[in-house]
Amino acid sequence: MMSEKNSPILEVKGLKTHFFTKHGISKAVDGIDFTLQKGETLGIVGESGCGKSMTSLSILRLIPSPPGKIAGGQVLYKGKDLVTLPEDEMRKIRGNEISMIFQEPMTSLNPVIPVGEQIAEALRLHQSMRKKEAWNKAVEMLKLVGIPSPEKRAKQEPFQLSGGMRQRVMIAMALACTPEVLIADEPTTALDVTIQAQILELIKNLQKKIGMGVIMITHDLGVVSETCDTVAVMYAGNIIEHAPTEKIFTDPKHPYTQGLLNSLPKIHEDQEQLQTIEGSVPSPYNLPAGCRFASRCPYQKPLCHLQKPDLIEQNDGVKVRCWMYTAEWTNHVEKEGVVN
Amino acid sequence: MVIGTEKKVLLKVDHLKQYFPVKSDSIFKPKAFVKAVDDVSFHLYEGETLSIVGESGCGKSTTGRAILRLDEPTDGNVYYSGKDILSLNNKELRKLRGDLQVIFQDPFASLNPRQTVKQLLNEAMAIQNVVETPKRMERMLELLGYVGLPQEALDRYPHEFSGGQRQRIGIARALAVNPKLIICDEAVSALDVSIQAQILNLLKKLQNQFELTFLFISHDLSVVRHISDRVMVMYLGKIVEIADKKELFDSPLHPYTKALLSSIPVPDPVLKRERVILKGDVPSPIDPPSGCRFHTRCPFATEKCKLEEPALRELAVNHFVSCHFAEQLSQ
Repeated sequence: MMSEKNSPILEVKGLKTHFFTKHGISKAVDGIDFTLQKGETLGIVGESGCGKSMTSLSILRLIPSPPGKIAGGQVLYKGKDLVTLPEDEMRKIRGNEISMIFQEPMTSLNPVIPVGEQIAEALRLHQSMRKKEAWNKAVEMLKLVGIPSPEKRAKQEPFQLSGGMRQRVMIAMALACTPEVLIADEPTTALDVTIQAQILELIKNLQKKIGMGVIMITHDLGVVSETCDTVAVMYAGNIIEHAPTEKIFTDPKHPYTQGLLNSLPKIHEDQEQLQTIEGSVPSPYNLPAGCRFASRCPYQKPLCHLQKPDLIEQNDGVKVRCWMYTAEWTNHVEKEGVVN
Repeated sequence: MVIGTEKKVLLKVDHLKQYFPVKSDSIFKPKAFVKAVDDVSFHLYEGETLSIVGESGCGKSTTGRAILRLDEPTDGNVYYSGKDILSLNNKELRKLRGDLQVIFQDPFASLNPRQTVKQLLNEAMAIQNVVETPKRMERMLELLGYVGLPQEALDRYPHEFSGGQRQRIGIARALAVNPKLIICDEAVSALDVSIQAQILNLLKKLQNQFELTFLFISHDLSVVRHISDRVMVMYLGKIVEIADKKELFDSPLHPYTKALLSSIPVPDPVLKRERVILKGDVPSPIDPPSGCRFHTRCPFATEKCKLEEPALRELAVNHFVSCHFAEQLSQ
């Protein structure tokens, strides 16, 4: 939608996050590249353990360390590399210019401090507001995210609010400093569908108002299709396909993306059997040398097991990491044909 | 599904009520109750899949637990093949539980971590005494085959398996005692979509193979649409609508069902729908709204809805709805 403006706000280049444990090195994020434009919503989807949450935590340098470590790559924000930025400067960016909403609002709010105070704290720290001013702004934010009687609610503690309201508080807190980038990590997974619809609508409206870039991390392809402009599909620590949302759903290229879409039960049609992806995700401690999806792929060739394909941009602008879309694939097929 | 002939009712739930007392701040205050399930009646035909859907706190899981008497219901009757489950003593109940099995959401919490798969399956068969001891090994291998696990699985512990495999173990254990009715309480909710598809296919296959009846409890409407024959929608401890799957998804009558259906995010960016976004949260079940419980969030609520509780009425064949204005709203 907004991508024609072409003003990148966040660039992630070759990001690698590894965990050094007694069982070996777990390559949770293994070379991620993407660019977020101003006002764009980028979806990152994938199944559990694919590294989508670790990617977002790496951007804000919130990886539990040790054992986690950013092993390489860059996160460029306004010309600054967040990976190497000193901690005190990083702290000025975190929650101020780049904010994050987490999945579980109960565990990410302080249980013994009134919610208004928690929002005001961010404002006092980052925007150097006076106490009174910050409090008023906090109440205003609560109103903005649609909490009824915000003056009263601001004085309440998190346990007095429902799940949907807590998530609204989280959003109010994340947006209080009008960030340039919002990272939403499964913002609606813990909520019921009717509340989820409210929250997604709210994020969309606020994005229009503030014009921030949003990274939406989710496992729910329905949420992606309704909120995102572009989608990056992750599998075993890599992006395997990156395309405009419509392209992903109408013309998925990578066999994993195809499999993922086919295994969804459809709400508007009947099917007797769901299609499945056989096998399971490789362990992050012991990744195969070739394509990480090869062993589950219906189109696998010996080539796939030998060498890992790159994320290559196709003619229609879709980026895909699969040998099928390269010249080597046809060459390889021909070679095989000769041998036989 | 039975074709042509009259369908046999396997389970009948009659005015089931499940109230949980809550602590009040003063001993002089009247005791408060969470009315988790409040006067719910429905029946389940042999060989069908009936789904219960609703948001958290609507009473769907409590209904399932009350049927199995995992919690003692406050009031009402549950008949299984004509027998009143709630009047059985412990011994009779244990015997009956061979017919009624349950698969829970979290396969990690519902399998004993210190038992191997062999012990888990063996225990189930021993308690119900369905298979003679010498034949049990054979039966266990047969069960693993049904749910698609390798033979080596027998000597392994639950933590050695992935989520999908653990759910398969849970299913094998439920099948071990030759049940007739299986209550699946959010059985696929914790799984990733590709694994979820495997388990849903497995459940369907087993249903055909063993003529099982499923009571499928879920909050995920697309899963429900895939697996059910009939669907029941609950809101705050009450049934708001029951209908055949196709009827319910194509022409929902209750405003809540409509809102619920329209709030599901659909993985199809081309499809643009009219969306009903509900205002506010689900009210507390301790002090549910008067009259129709949905009136606080219903866009069509009138004075009548606040005062009078709507009854569950049959508006079309096998399509029950509890709304005063269902006829007008459907036009």
